[in-house]
Amino acid sequence: MRVGVITFPGTLDDRDAARAVTHGGAEAVALWHADSDLKNVDAVILPGGFSYGDYLRCGAISRFAPVMKLVIEAAEKGMPVLGICNGFQVLCESHLLPGALTRNSDLHFLCRDQEIEIISNTTAWTTSFNVGEKIIIPLKNGEGSFQCDDKTLAQLEGEGRVIARYVGENPNGSRNLIAGISNVRGNVVGLMPHPEHAIDSLTGPSAQGLGFFTSILNAMVK
Amino acid sequence: MAIIVVDVMLKPEILDPQGNAVASALPRLGFTFAQSVRQGKRFEIVIEGDPTPAQLAEVEKAAEVLLSNPVIETYAVRVES
Repeated sequence: MRVGVITFPGTLDDRDAARAVTHGGAEAVALWHADSDLKNVDAVILPGGFSYGDYLRCGAISRFAPVMKLVIEAAEKGMPVLGICNGFQVLCESHLLPGALTRNSDLHFLCRDQEIEIISNTTAWTTSFNVGEKIIIPLKNGEGSFQCDDKTLAQLEGEGRVIARYVGENPNGSRNLIAGISNVRGNVVGLMPHPEHAIDSLTGPSAQGLGFFTSILNAMVK
Repeated sequence: MAIIVVDVMLKPEILDPQGNAVASALPRLGFTFAQSVRQGKRFEIVIEGDPTPAQLAEVEKAAEVLLSNPVIETYAVRVES
């Protein structure tokens, strides 16, 4: 199984994301923002960083990158897509996911190990987890506060599309402690904290982030 | 030459931590007039000659699609000569 990892100008976490894909048991395929084909990948990861320098708004320019046109088309047909941090922001700007990520409520750039609770294990990226399972993975961003209107929030909650929540004090002002959401179909997932930095205990706070990358194999086997 | 100005502001219900930080800095400098502060963005788009209605419609479209994010922001377009 081939999992594409997109590099935009300003992306930081593409190497770690590719390494996590490999640890999960799939083949990582490097994709470039200007690519005009998806190289036969079965799934795509939009990694973290500061694509296009976060100019205008986080993810606002990346959304119009040539490769994103293909990702949006494929996602609408059901291809699994995971956006981490800046990737989550790109998915929101692309309207593949609802809502927006805004400046952390206390204005600080946060970089710390964060406990999150898995709320849904029916998406393409979360089947390896148990509902209610608590994992510790790094959270590192300046604009991670998930915001949406009341109607959208009720929809996300009602349809079981909140996939992970922060445990304990709200780190960034996100509505309902939301750390990650999915689209209706469950193939597109956005997540603020970074599972790709927690795939082995030598370099991460845990190896519990690996579940996102093994889940995608389950999704393909089905 | 004309300048088309697009002002983009966070919607009132969206928390504006930057505006809040400015509001709390003002009284520290002795400026006590502000009840609250909201911070936004201003785009100045220079065009040749006076804008036609079609051009203004294009700018409106660009403001909706790129310059603002309708989920969290509002925009206003006006012409400055």
